[in-house]
Amino acid sequence: MSSPETPAAVGAPRADADAGGAAPTPAPVGSPGSRQRRGGLGSLFASETMTLFRRWRTWAMLAALALIPILIAIAIRIAGPSGPGRGPAFLDQVAGNGLFVGMTALVVATPLFLPLTIAVVSGDAIAGEASHGTLRYLLIAPAGRLRLLSVKYAVAAVFCLAAALTVIVVGTLIGWALFPIGPVTLLSGGEVPVGEGLLRLLAIGAYVAVSMLGLSAIGLFASTLTVVPVGAMAATAILAVVAQIVGAIPQLEWVHPFLFTDRWFDFADLLRSPPSWESFGDNALLQAVWIVVFGGLAAWRFATRDILS
Amino acid sequence: MSDLAIQADGLTKRFRAQTAVDGIDLAVPRGSVFGFLGPNGSGKTTTIRMLLGLVGATSGTARVLDTDMPRGLDAVLPRVGALVEGPAFAPFLSGAANLARFDAADRHASPSTRARRVADALDRVGLSHAARKKAGAYSLGMKQRLGLANALLMPRDLLVLDEPTNGLDPQGTREVRSLIRSFSADGTTVFVSSHLLAEVEQLCTHVGVMSAGRLVAQGTLDEFRRSGASRVEVVTPDPAAARAVLARLGLATDAAAVESGDAVVTAELGEHPPDPEAVVAALVRDGVRVRGFAIRRTSLEQRFVELTGEGFDVVA
Repeated sequence: MSSPETPAAVGAPRADADAGGAAPTPAPVGSPGSRQRRGGLGSLFASETMTLFRRWRTWAMLAALALIPILIAIAIRIAGPSGPGRGPAFLDQVAGNGLFVGMTALVVATPLFLPLTIAVVSGDAIAGEASHGTLRYLLIAPAGRLRLLSVKYAVAAVFCLAAALTVIVVGTLIGWALFPIGPVTLLSGGEVPVGEGLLRLLAIGAYVAVSMLGLSAIGLFASTLTVVPVGAMAATAILAVVAQIVGAIPQLEWVHPFLFTDRWFDFADLLRSPPSWESFGDNALLQAVWIVVFGGLAAWRFATRDILS
Repeated sequence: MSDLAIQADGLTKRFRAQTAVDGIDLAVPRGSVFGFLGPNGSGKTTTIRMLLGLVGATSGTARVLDTDMPRGLDAVLPRVGALVEGPAFAPFLSGAANLARFDAADRHASPSTRARRVADALDRVGLSHAARKKAGAYSLGMKQRLGLANALLMPRDLLVLDEPTNGLDPQGTREVRSLIRSFSADGTTVFVSSHLLAEVEQLCTHVGVMSAGRLVAQGTLDEFRRSGASRVEVVTPDPAAARAVLARLGLATDAAAVESGDAVVTAELGEHPPDPEAVVAALVRDGVRVRGFAIRRTSLEQRFVELTGEGFDVVA
């Protein structure tokens, strides 16, 4: 059932009768109205962060990361503690103190699982929008190319933090549930109470999140090169592995200090008494260099690229 | 303020060896409904992408709403609503969430009125009932409506609509038509690309025709149609006599087609055609039995084919 067409209609006649017959509301189009408070960078950042966390895939990846401490804890609970020096760092301490579950899980996740999820999120940043075709609509909104790129990077950084915290928080909870919790024995031999132990755990989570920022910048750059998100993700993940392999070859020692993976495992320094923030600072500086280089490349590439998708 | 909403001078885009858009001079008057026509692959969408700053021009200039593009992009685009090469959405977000997301990308859009503007735009295209549904589950027609709603989120001075009725059913097509008319009545300039000529003929005040990357014609719809030759058509059982009369009047006749006993003699009316009534009088004076007489104006479709060529010769 359709209404007769009205030539040069001023309102918006609705030909479909199925929408409950709501009267056409005053049109937002046509008369440039008064513009109120404007949405700044924060508005776009909030919107993009929400978009990331409304995605089923994001939660699936966080769930997979959460599985790591759960598996470790259950395995130790069932099979009993392993001897010192076997398995990943801190593993031998878990049975004595549940607070070490999160730490052990981070050590396990950092070489591959964590970088993999980071590669998915950062590699998808621009290429994913391009493949959906939504990139053109974001840009003509207009989001502004550099503005969009920086927001996308910030969202990837939020995911780095969320990923590291997931491992820490789930690890601590499961450790709490399955093992005794007590004062944390530090590497330097002293002990700190549970409260401070938790704070140090959080600091380690922050350290790992910062560690992933350089890789995120690489993923962002890869993401501006293609409209196939899987390509950007795979390239980023492969680079993370290659960097670690290069880092393991002694003959290439001269290049090691420049690798973004070089300080991925130095977070044990935060377990000294007093905590040594030196490696935290060195790592942050190293990551900052990678962010500047690859963020710059991404900006250079994205600023002039023809958007054809 | 210039009286042109869009002005392109020598706008050119080359992709490696291929010239997609070849030095077009486009002039879209303010307040017009401009039909941008052309076969597939003729450069329409590339032109639109250049006007919106998605693609950089190889040479030439483009001005949109009196601002040089792409330099003035940030200032101009909030006043431009667009549908470019089909709608596109994040499939995992609802229709309303998708609109809110694009709205958040516009720094000129107020967050405090966002929810209301999204609801209004959805209502305007008849999608209120599907606002919470995931965009991935939308039908083609619903996606097209959602794309239109996105173009209506803010007050716009210019709407750029690339194939707006693509995938819509006849009702949807009518609605889009009346929507476009209502924007136009409000003073919004509408630049609509289409290959549906009947659509354009009903809607547009101006047309431009692209062919193989060139703008081969532009002007008002009337000018455009007038530029094509009109024809005179005489239905008569005396074709030979009719031809002689028409020839005497300086009209070149075509080969006759027979129509139920009577011949149909047609002739092209030239630059300065005789008055139709004078033609009829001359025919009757010479004893031609005139059973039917008509002046046929060129249809938009004929004119379009004249300009862009027949068949499926997509320009590679």
